Amino acid sequence: MASIDYTERIPNNVNLGEDRRLQRALEEWQPKFLEWWRDMGPHGFQATEVYLRTAVSVDPQGWAQFGYVRMPEYRWGIFLAEPEAARVIPFGDHKGRPVWQDVPGEYRGVLRRLIVTQGDTEPASVEQQRHLGRTCPSLYDLRNLFQVNVEEGRHLWAMVYLLDAYFGRDGREESEGLLERRAGDEDKPRILGAFNEKTPDWLSYLMFTFFTDRDGKYQLASLAESGFDPLARTCRFMLTEEAHHMFVGETGVGRVVQRTCELMRERKTDDVRRHGAIDLPTLQKYLNFHYSVSLDLFGSEISTNAANFYTMSLKGRFEETKKNDDHRLQDATYPVTEQDGETMTVREQPALQSLNERLRDDYIVDCQRGLDRWNRIIKEHGIDFEFRLPHRAFHRKIGTFADVRVSPEGRLLTEAEWGPKKRQWLPTPEDEAYVQSLMQPVTERGTFATWIAPPARGVNSQPVDFDYVRLA
Amino acid sequence: MADSDTVCVDFQTDPSRYKHWKLSFDGPVATLAMDVREDGGLRPGYELKLNSYDLGVDVELYDAVQRLRFEHPEVGAVVITSGKERVFCAGANIRMLSQSPHAFKVNFCKFTNETRNAIEDATVGSRQVYLTAVNGPCAGGGYELALATDWIIMADDGNTAVSLPEVPLLAVLPGTGGLTRLVDKRHVRRDRADFFCTTEEGVRGKRAAEWGLVDEVVPRSRLAEVVRARARELAARTDRPATAPGFRLLPLERTIADDAVRYRHVACELDRTRGIAWITVTAPAASPPNGAPGVHAQGSTFWPLALARELDDLVLHLRTNEAEVGVWVFKTAGRADLVEAYDRLLADHRDDWLVREIRLYWKRTLKRLDVTSRSMFALVEPGSCFVGTLLELALAADRSYMLDGTRRGERLPLATVRLTEANFGAYPMPNGLTRIANRHLAEPARVEKLRARLGEDLDARAAAEAGLVTFTPDDIDWDDEVRQALEARAAFSPDALTGMEASLRFGGPETLETKIFGRLSAWQNWVFQRPNAAGPKGALVVYGTGQRSEFDRRRV
Repeated sequence: MASIDYTERIPNNVNLGEDRRLQRALEEWQPKFLEWWRDMGPHGFQATEVYLRTAVSVDPQGWAQFGYVRMPEYRWGIFLAEPEAARVIPFGDHKGRPVWQDVPGEYRGVLRRLIVTQGDTEPASVEQQRHLGRTCPSLYDLRNLFQVNVEEGRHLWAMVYLLDAYFGRDGREESEGLLERRAGDEDKPRILGAFNEKTPDWLSYLMFTFFTDRDGKYQLASLAESGFDPLARTCRFMLTEEAHHMFVGETGVGRVVQRTCELMRERKTDDVRRHGAIDLPTLQKYLNFHYSVSLDLFGSEISTNAANFYTMSLKGRFEETKKNDDHRLQDATYPVTEQDGETMTVREQPALQSLNERLRDDYIVDCQRGLDRWNRIIKEHGIDFEFRLPHRAFHRKIGTFADVRVSPEGRLLTEAEWGPKKRQWLPTPEDEAYVQSLMQPVTERGTFATWIAPPARGVNSQPVDFDYVRLA
Repeated sequence: MADSDTVCVDFQTDPSRYKHWKLSFDGPVATLAMDVREDGGLRPGYELKLNSYDLGVDVELYDAVQRLRFEHPEVGAVVITSGKERVFCAGANIRMLSQSPHAFKVNFCKFTNETRNAIEDATVGSRQVYLTAVNGPCAGGGYELALATDWIIMADDGNTAVSLPEVPLLAVLPGTGGLTRLVDKRHVRRDRADFFCTTEEGVRGKRAAEWGLVDEVVPRSRLAEVVRARARELAARTDRPATAPGFRLLPLERTIADDAVRYRHVACELDRTRGIAWITVTAPAASPPNGAPGVHAQGSTFWPLALARELDDLVLHLRTNEAEVGVWVFKTAGRADLVEAYDRLLADHRDDWLVREIRLYWKRTLKRLDVTSRSMFALVEPGSCFVGTLLELALAADRSYMLDGTRRGERLPLATVRLTEANFGAYPMPNGLTRIANRHLAEPARVEKLRARLGEDLDARAAAEAGLVTFTPDDIDWDDEVRQALEARAAFSPDALTGMEASLRFGGPETLETKIFGRLSAWQNWVFQRPNAAGPKGALVVYGTGQRSEFDRRRV
């Protein structure tokens, strides 16, 4: 890319036009990114025009400009939230000092690792979702999928910006590594487990967007508190886009629930599968799966790393500045759920080491709010059913519950008890085959698949039957 | 050691009792997979997460390494790998280290070092080559374990890395020879080694291979296949017999009483008041068996092997569980001619795989004595049998006393010592010299002269002249001389003695081993004691709490 017009081609508010270091890095990286997008981005839609939102600046007018664009021509920009004047470090050992505008040498390795781990999740979900376009339930949903995809791509850019601008040669190597790892690849897997799982169908995608992207929200929110100001500002801007992803998940699952409830009322039956919808117990199983896999993303309950990140003033808590305590946590404790023989118990643990668990708690509360909304839909239809979040120890692979079998209610089970019950709690191959059988593309404007209700309104005040994706 | 009262560490185990390792066999290739049980620590207070290890894990490793040599002649290559999916090994458990008293840490490092050396000795001496399949992050002691093997293959998956994070993370040094092996064994360039040892996350992928930190990197999906192929190649080069029957190393006959530890051929009486262990080694009761087949038939009851195992166990037991017993006194009893006959048998059949193993085992056991932080004396008295292999005990001692003549009223034969072929190369010290050469650095020619006196009975005067013993009191002076020497020894500072003895024992050249032990005793043990590591705000102490260590910035 010898002739990049930096402001036009790469919208930014980081003075890219005058930053030679960053230009050099991005000139090498951008072609590789495009190559990655062609190889691993949405399959079969590279030349399709999609009605997408592009951020061209961070002000209210600029951050959401709508128009048709072919995805490889999307203007992935680099944006940091506006700087906060005289911002001081809000927590940890360096609390009260001015925020860092440059990487503190002492924390270089740790900080780079944090950014790489976050950055690695962004392209991962694009890879996981790349075949979904073929089986979209509507043009509206197809467009939302692509919006999420390009924004994950932009989030990757955001992390690459930090690596390239602040970490020299190591940073550039890590930037390339982000394009070399592949979701689910045995040889070059993505760093975190959930990002190597398959997203085989739209229900999984909607659940993923609700549950797994929500983990991203909490991670970003914690990083948005960072004493390293460029990271904090980057994450703050990313959060605005992340909110849209969660909107897609929450309303998406909500529309599936809506459709199921409507059919149950209209046809006076629980057996909605006969009518091409997804029954509530199956939805609960998918919910159980995606919730538990996402809980793992927060890491071990007791974590030295999390404690170190906090003490180093690199990664704070969710809404750190709104909390009313000393923001150092040297002597504080935090209640952590643990297994105690045959039962679960809550013990006070040092707050510093329990930061993962605290963030997981914040996340759980947020998930419950989404469930409440879905349950309201069910109730409105006069149906006696309620979604429940399974116990935090259910189906975990990381942390203190990784080696035990626990029911959704939180009862410890033997392996023998778990085996036959598992089918009631997690999607079975038959469930998956059924959901898969529903995955027939619906591409007629304003038409929706049998298993999902239309949205209440369209995108950017456009009608629901708008031509969101111009299929040839 | 403060908590030795509560937990007595037992160094005896067998595969049926392993908690942390899985041993499997595929023809000439054995696989030793580390799969540490988190709640299987030797003491309460820490969890062995991420395949981190404590002494208990290493006791099993040592046992496995021993059994692979003796019980599996058919094995020509051993693959060390991890049985866990996400991690190879995180190294020594930090919480275990930070809650252990200093002496325990030092002793732990010494033992783990000896096992790493034993792995290298298997590759070189036993022709049982070790290689490592690094199938996940490999940090600190985990990488040092890999460094002890002959070939390191690492998965190139963007995540697996080798690292020595001790300096940046814990403010201590790698404790099992990592620094030395990097530059001295693998010849990693010193500036790259400097970067590597200060980078917490380590080095992965191609760069690790380019820098010589590992030997090859391969895609994860091909790791198992490449390791299998490489192991087969290495196994094919062995001279170990593919079809010889192995045998079981039977459990030791051992009784541990309050003030004594007794085995079949070794008895140790503990005088706790004076801090002395009286160790008596007895000669075989009968003539050696006939040739190599006879040795094989006797298996682990064959006297030299049985004795080596007993001494080995005793050394480990006393070091770990009897810290306040600062002086070890070696005596022998029995027929000198039988000891010599056994030595001759071992020498005549040195190319037999089992005989070779037995001699290598003696070499390693005697080396344990060389690096033991206890004062060692040998008493050569009438009726003793300091011959050949057993004479090495006296030569390893810091000082020896030989009774000149006989005791009045005693009907035992005159005290003599006798040299055999074994004293001239079978059992080199960590510095690569024989114990005889090591004590005659001023006159190397004397070693050759002594070689001419193989099999000769040397009485006190001749032994003193030959430089094989220190003092030769007669029966009138003996009791007082020995008593006073022991009492004087017991009165000195144990720390000063440890440092002095370690310095005086090794004249002559440096080797990888002497460097490793020397630097462990000097640098690592110094750093372990300093407030920057072990003080209330030291890195080792605050590790895991999320608090930041505070350093005294003055360079020493």
